[in-house]
Amino acid sequence: MRLSSIIVKELFERRSQLITSFIAIVLGITVIVGIRTITHFSEKAVARELDNLGANVLILPKDATVSDYYSADFTGAELPEAYVQTITSSSLQGVDNLSPKLSASVELQGRRVILTGILPKNEFANKQVWQMTGDIFSRPQGCGTVSIPGVTKDTPGSLDRAAVRKEVIETLAQNEVLVGADIANRYALTKGKTVGLLGRTFTVRSVLPQTGTIDDSRLFAHLHVVQQMLGKGKVVSAIEILGCCKEISTGLVTKLNALLPNARVVTVAQITSTQLRTNSLMSQFSSIFLVFILLVGGVSIANYMFANVRERRKEIGTFIAIGMSPRQVVAIFYGKALLLGVIGGIIGYLFGTLLAVWLGPRIAQIPVLPLPILLGWAVLISAAMNMLATIIPASAAARTDPASVLMEE
Amino acid sequence: MARMTTEGLTKIYGRGKKAVTGLRDVSLTIAPGEFVAIVGPSGSGKSTLLLSLGGLIRPSSGAVFLDDTSLYTVDASRRIALRRSHIGFLFQTFNLVPYLTALENVQVPLMVAGTAPAEQRALAASLLERVGLGERMAHKPAELSIGQQQRVALARALANHPSVLLADEPTGNLDPSTAENVMAMFHALHADGVTLVMVTHDPRIAANASRTLELVDGCICRDALEPGKITTAGEQAALV
Repeated sequence: MRLSSIIVKELFERRSQLITSFIAIVLGITVIVGIRTITHFSEKAVARELDNLGANVLILPKDATVSDYYSADFTGAELPEAYVQTITSSSLQGVDNLSPKLSASVELQGRRVILTGILPKNEFANKQVWQMTGDIFSRPQGCGTVSIPGVTKDTPGSLDRAAVRKEVIETLAQNEVLVGADIANRYALTKGKTVGLLGRTFTVRSVLPQTGTIDDSRLFAHLHVVQQMLGKGKVVSAIEILGCCKEISTGLVTKLNALLPNARVVTVAQITSTQLRTNSLMSQFSSIFLVFILLVGGVSIANYMFANVRERRKEIGTFIAIGMSPRQVVAIFYGKALLLGVIGGIIGYLFGTLLAVWLGPRIAQIPVLPLPILLGWAVLISAAMNMLATIIPASAAARTDPASVLMEE
Repeated sequence: MARMTTEGLTKIYGRGKKAVTGLRDVSLTIAPGEFVAIVGPSGSGKSTLLLSLGGLIRPSSGAVFLDDTSLYTVDASRRIALRRSHIGFLFQTFNLVPYLTALENVQVPLMVAGTAPAEQRALAASLLERVGLGERMAHKPAELSIGQQQRVALARALANHPSVLLADEPTGNLDPSTAENVMAMFHALHADGVTLVMVTHDPRIAANASRTLELVDGCICRDALEPGKITTAGEQAALV
């Protein structure tokens, strides 16, 4: 026989007293795991939605406004293209994609249109909707994206991503333009037609799909071609950034501001604040529940253990009388707490996961899958809570005076 | 075999006006292999003396020796080790662990002493055979008669081959026939050289011992080295 035998046999002997506390542990862990699982997938879903919206951080010239950015009216204010290199070579986390662009108003068949110079690879990476133009555009798996069954990003049989990107960069040649949907309609432009811009002839490489944004009324050429045409050197009007949601909420904008003191860094405030509020609310909700459950569960276990120590006073006194050391007495109670914690953690994880998988689509309209990593946390939290709650009762048990117990008879 | 000695053993419970004297300046020697009965009225200090001899009650003053080792001057872990290896306890209400079988109850002191599980089982089984419970090893205390429970408790007390067996009212809950059986086992142990110290109210049970100590108000007022031979408290000093 070992101490563990005593622990297990005693547990089964007094099942009825154990049930209430065990249910408290399981319920506590179930709620924590349920909330954490739904929160995780909810955050990912929010992140994915934001990701789909495209760039969420803008770097503009110091004096420019967001309104200038949308109207392409920069009144001569530009940023050095070198800022792109500055950002990519920095240690900033959370910058998924950089899309520098230089916009200018140019004349097309007697009317003003906006010509925007882009780096094709970066631009396409930022704009998921452009991927619908065909099989040559691709989008990287960025931060915040999550694979969910039933939601497939890639069309089966699509081209290899690396090859696609290479093709995009190389195929948007110096004499090629991409045409927004509205411009294409207005000027009857189709793939292969030619247009004259600033005295230079371009071939329409592709007509972009309708996006409902200002992109529909723009023409896009390679950034370096536009720079050359405008004679402004290596400058850009703006740098769009696809920032990782988590990093945006933890100070990416501030860090960018510090990195580029001569530029203006703005974020899509409404989207970011929504994301921040959602994530923050879920996180706080989860933390509050965790504290609450730890307290309730801990008190419940401590109460059970105290009752157990009182009930087993004679047994403990006898153990000590026949030579059991205080350390062995403490080990009995800690062993019991650990066993309850581990089993409670595992069962709580299973129930919590089932609850989250069932509730997630119903209350948050998101698909939820089991998070195996939470099993470790559930067991760890449950075991730690039980062990902490057992410190005082176990010490009391170890201090049992066998003489007073034996003389009570 | 072990000798137990007390020197000026005094135990006072509580403090100030609420102080109660359990033992007053008790000095005695129990020779190796002796069978001693401690008698006296309730509250006379019998159990206090027994538990003091077992290293379970720290005296207010005086000392208890197991052979030449002073039980209350060694550190707690050493005292626990001495108790584990030299002293067996037998209680009036047996104090068996209700959720363990007879075999497992006897294994407990062996486990505590660090004996390997297989050896524990073999030793515990042989002890239960010795007390006539070979067929009841898998039974829990509630499934055993009172007499059988006391025999399990005796087997447990003997598990680590103690040189001293301290018994507190070992027959207090037993019918006369079962009590006789327990006494027969005590005689067998006595014959094997085990030092026996037994607290009892029952003069017939006390008569089984080779020496009787009578306590009154914390003092040994009579010390009968042999049945029928009474030694006064004043003469006791000469025996120490």
